[in-house]
Amino acid sequence: MKIRSLAAGVSAALLAAALTACSHGGNDGATGADDAGVTLTYWASNQGASLDNDKQVLTPELDKFTQQTGIKIKLEVVPWSNLTNNTLSAAVSGQGPDVLNIGNTNAVTFQSTGAFYPFDDAALQQVGGKDRFVASAFATAGTSGKPPTSLPLYSQVYALYYNKKLFADAGLQPPATWEDLVSDAQKLTDPAQKQYGIVIPGGTVNASMHFTFIFSEQHGGAAFDKDGKPTFTSAGMISGVKQYVDLLGKYHVVNPSAAQYTDASQSAGDFARGKAAMFMAQTSGINVLAQNGMTADQYGIAPIPAPAGGDKISSFVAGTNISIFKNTKHLSAALKFVKFMTSDAEQQILNKAYTTQPAVKGAPAAFTDDQQKLAVFTKILSDYSKPLPLISAIQAFQANVGGAVVALIGKAATGAAISDADVKAALDQAQQKMGTN
Amino acid sequence: MAVTLPGRRTRSPAPRTGGAGEPRPRRPRITWARATPYLLIVPAIAFELLVHVVPMVVGGYLSLIRLTQFFLTDWSRAPFAGLGNYRVALNFSGPLGSQLARSFGLTLGFTVLVVGLSFLFGICAALVLQRFVRGRGLLRTLFLVPYALPAYAGIITWKFMLQRDNGLLNELLVNDLHLVKDPPFWLIGGNAFASLVVVSVWQQWPFAFLMTMAGMQVIPEELYQAAAIDGAGTWQQVRHITLRMMRPVNAVLLLLLFLWTFREFNTPYVLFGPTPPDSADLLTVHIYASSFITWNFGLGSAMSVLLMLFLIVVAGLWGLWHRRVSRDA
Amino acid sequence: MREQLSFRVFRWLVLVPLAVFTLVPLYVMVTSALKPLRDVQGDFQWWPGNLTLRPFVDMWSTVPLAHYFANSLIVTVSATVCSVVIAVFASYAVSRYRFRGRGTFTGVVLSTQMFPGVLFLLPLFVIFVNIDRGLGFTLLYQTRVGLIVTYLTFTLPFSIWMLASYFDGIPRELDECARVDGTSALGALFRIILPTARPGVIAVAVYAFMTAWGEILFASQLTNSDTRTLAVGLQSYATETTVYWNQVMAASLVVSVPIVAGFLVLQRYLVAGLTAGAVK
Repeated sequence: MKIRSLAAGVSAALLAAALTACSHGGNDGATGADDAGVTLTYWASNQGASLDNDKQVLTPELDKFTQQTGIKIKLEVVPWSNLTNNTLSAAVSGQGPDVLNIGNTNAVTFQSTGAFYPFDDAALQQVGGKDRFVASAFATAGTSGKPPTSLPLYSQVYALYYNKKLFADAGLQPPATWEDLVSDAQKLTDPAQKQYGIVIPGGTVNASMHFTFIFSEQHGGAAFDKDGKPTFTSAGMISGVKQYVDLLGKYHVVNPSAAQYTDASQSAGDFARGKAAMFMAQTSGINVLAQNGMTADQYGIAPIPAPAGGDKISSFVAGTNISIFKNTKHLSAALKFVKFMTSDAEQQILNKAYTTQPAVKGAPAAFTDDQQKLAVFTKILSDYSKPLPLISAIQAFQANVGGAVVALIGKAATGAAISDADVKAALDQAQQKMGTN
Repeated sequence: MAVTLPGRRTRSPAPRTGGAGEPRPRRPRITWARATPYLLIVPAIAFELLVHVVPMVVGGYLSLIRLTQFFLTDWSRAPFAGLGNYRVALNFSGPLGSQLARSFGLTLGFTVLVVGLSFLFGICAALVLQRFVRGRGLLRTLFLVPYALPAYAGIITWKFMLQRDNGLLNELLVNDLHLVKDPPFWLIGGNAFASLVVVSVWQQWPFAFLMTMAGMQVIPEELYQAAAIDGAGTWQQVRHITLRMMRPVNAVLLLLLFLWTFREFNTPYVLFGPTPPDSADLLTVHIYASSFITWNFGLGSAMSVLLMLFLIVVAGLWGLWHRRVSRDA
Repeated sequence: MREQLSFRVFRWLVLVPLAVFTLVPLYVMVTSALKPLRDVQGDFQWWPGNLTLRPFVDMWSTVPLAHYFANSLIVTVSATVCSVVIAVFASYAVSRYRFRGRGTFTGVVLSTQMFPGVLFLLPLFVIFVNIDRGLGFTLLYQTRVGLIVTYLTFTLPFSIWMLASYFDGIPRELDECARVDGTSALGALFRIILPTARPGVIAVAVYAFMTAWGEILFASQLTNSDTRTLAVGLQSYATETTVYWNQVMAASLVVSVPIVAGFLVLQRYLVAGLTAGAVK
């Protein structure tokens, strides 16, 4: 039995491999001519308050597109928890949508699979040229030197949200340096009243990775060197992680329960209910807070401050990009759709609905009526942001480093004191795990 | 899929247990009688091959190659790693290997606890409800409700109850009963293991209850009556009739519960997310998080194969024990 | 029948804690389903301060609950029926016939219980895609049929094993009597064995149903928004902006009502399946 089934299995595996290999190349190229009547499958990401909300926002726009070009769109809104896995399965099996959204963190990873259509100069011309796009957003689309396999769609940056009333009552100004932030937070913390200066999503892996990046950049550290080798135990990285973990471990300005927050929305809830005076979130936080009952006039925005003497890096360039599957049978239709989604008009409409920042220069940011907030976010995106490491092992980086930081926060919450040596040990372990990739 | 056989009027001898049969008159080799068992198992074989066996073998093949994001679209191009993935997984001095070993130990402890408790609760409940008439149907239904709930809902309710700040448990312990002053963590830190065990038992014991209950039904009533006439008390009846007659069913139930609990993924994943606290780092989530999330499928498959090999050893040991017990029975 | 006092005490010692253990989370679910979201996110209250039925209304629109519910029912019922039928046939063969390869068959079937799902998830997905490609139309890729096929296979090994051991417990003499009367092998199966093994069949059907009902890992990969089941769909109540605790609990209660009602009905069969004195 064993030998027979082994033989059957190996031939099945080879068959599967052969079939997946054969499937590529069955592309009918950019025939352009008559795309009317074609139906494209589009996987949209969950940018709005619910899957339904996304459908409501997108459907009129997609109808507009169908009216203009005759191309129909079959829309599917995929929750973030499934999007990466579903994209992965599609890449593996060669069967998937024609166009899809991806988190721009994964852009380089997906590029290296070879399953997505590269936007060479000709294709870029079709969507209006590379210079239309905001430079920092475009930089996330792929490694330099190779044509990108995605284009930026919605941009976001991290900022510091602070509760105006709590700050005014305590007579405080929004912090300009990290030290100010800590002292402000200490003044606003009263554990007996369950009030804390700041809330962090302590159990959320991807957010932990984001903050590690931001704070280590502030200390001049880098996660990877020029050759793409991990340098997690560099001084800057250790200082950056310690800066983040100290909020809970050393200064106790964070509610220890935040170490349980596996969803970023849970920390938004605390801030909205006034349990925390500050929190750090992306541009879409405006939408999240609105959903949680907090209006824009109740809070202010400031760039996340750096320690005095540190590099003024406030955020990385977050956002969502749009990609075309290499296997698509309707390449020219897909390109038209991408052109539509990245057009100035659509960028303005969609980014306003999702409270994100447009990825093209031609569309002014309009995600809120509050001019001060608009100005701050736009400045952060243009001046204080750096893209995440553009490496294909970014998933591993996020899982290993993000996971290490979550573990450190968990230890701090249960009462352990976290020293530099602890941080170094955790980062060292994370780095060793990278080695197996 | 249904196997249709022409209605036969003639009697055909049912095959008897092994051993030399009496000499029979010569017949053609393939008769309905001979073919029947094979035909009966054909649908089962077909589906098992399609869904279980072939994908498993492919999965085994995956463990021998370096399958990362670069080769996802064309597995045949992935470099052959031989036992390389296994070496990384079993390198106990490296972080991956040592964490895998620790996770293995945790999972073993977890499985023994959960299976033991679930089985104990199940069989006790089945025993006491066997003859209890008033409200029995209602109680049985109540006990099966956790099993009827969608798994996600049950686990998320527990997650909600175990929150440090707003959870019912801490509300009870700190505010109502004043047993502890500082609300403890139940979802991170050392207590996470206890939480995991409790939630798993809550979900699993109804199944053990269901199976043992069904198993008890088949025991003929006369046996109990005869024993009562002979003067056996309730406990003696339980020991000598119920438990003994249920032994084959119980043995299989325990083995299957062990195999399933060891592979449990939903409960720890929904309760803690992909990065569980150290004390509750179960093997399946650990494998998922340390390999599939990092897109290192070769390594993940190797770790899964190791998990499977361990379970094969367990099943093998069980088989040996079972054979010896059956021989003695 | 007289029962010893110690046994009666034991009975209460078992039933009361177990009932409490089972009930408390259910109580939390019910009360949370009746609270507005703010109350649920705030400090825990034993009794809802503001009783409201809004979650029961909102839950249908936050997530396409009716659609997911229908998908789950279709997939689960079909998988259960198919699994039980196939298992009954296979178990009968294993129990009543000593055919060559019997040991191998049962061995392979049992060995599948050791396969970690995470290992063969991706290969299964690829195989489904390739079969569809070979057939020329979508039969298995992200369809309910694909999920049914998967689930019925998951439950087969246990069902076969359980049913075979139940059948083993039914004396051969029953078959013999039937055969002497001229019934075929299959007739003996349907007319004699199955009615006797009813509690086993029902237990196995319940197991198959609940396994398919609650499976998450494979459902998340093998479905799209058209064919998504409840097990995966319920997670969508944790949106990007808020976790709608009250709605997910309300939804869980509502979808579980038919299941629990089913259990109530099945009580009778599980009890009535006694074959007092099998051989008369």
